[in-house]
Amino acid sequence: MVPLTHYLFLSATLFVIGVAGVLVKRNAIVVFMSIEIMLNAVNISLIAFDRYLNLHDGQIFSFMVMCVAAAEVSVGLAIIISLFRNKPTTNLDDFNIMKS
Amino acid sequence: MELLIFYPLAGLCIIFALGVIINNSPVNSAMSLIGMMLGLAGIFVLQQAHFIAILQIIIYAGAIMVLFMFVIMLLNLKGKGEDEQWQSRDKNMLLNVLAGLLVTGVLYKIIDTINSGDFTSPALPPDTFGTVREVGTILFTEFVLPFEVASILLLVAMIGAVVLAKSKVD
Repeated sequence: MVPLTHYLFLSATLFVIGVAGVLVKRNAIVVFMSIEIMLNAVNISLIAFDRYLNLHDGQIFSFMVMCVAAAEVSVGLAIIISLFRNKPTTNLDDFNIMKS
Repeated sequence: MELLIFYPLAGLCIIFALGVIINNSPVNSAMSLIGMMLGLAGIFVLQQAHFIAILQIIIYAGAIMVLFMFVIMLLNLKGKGEDEQWQSRDKNMLLNVLAGLLVTGVLYKIIDTINSGDFTSPALPPDTFGTVREVGTILFTEFVLPFEVASILLLVAMIGAVVLAKSKVD
């Protein structure tokens, strides 16, 4: 049986990779993918604790996380499409219309 | 025995996740992300979360990634102007160093907490743990209100996506 620590380390590593992607990448779509990586990393630790404690709550919660991820992606990609219609780029540094 | 399955899957997940942020082309990033989702589904199976593993493949690797690919193809992104994306945004050196120190401190704290925890005696779950029947029963009895709220959330997201992506018809 794999110790709980291994799953937690995997989860932390993936979360850090996601944070690095959000901070470093400039393409809005890749930033969204990095957010997906972070949500998945959280799912790993939820499910690891859920099996460790022998409860089903973690699985229900990760189900809800998946719902939120699906909603977030559909709305976010719609926002990207409507931004693209105003200015044909997905580079996040070009979108500063809210600045002053 | 389980470790022999866990280590390759975990390595695969980390390599694919790194591939998402290292690739310059959004299409390659999306392909990497699909690989990571499949690896994670394997890890969920390893933890007896069969239902969540299937959902991971259907929702993430199926629906969400198809949506990503669809938008990438629709916007016709070919990685143009992405050459300088690893360059740092802010030229303020002091701020960068402080942020780096902060992140290092947080990481150290996380690793310290994980290492010092007492995770020695896990109770072995029964064989039926995590099957569709078990999770479904709990989902529709104990957690029926959050389940319904999630359906409202998805409806709102659907309407929001249609309204936002619709061209202006003033």
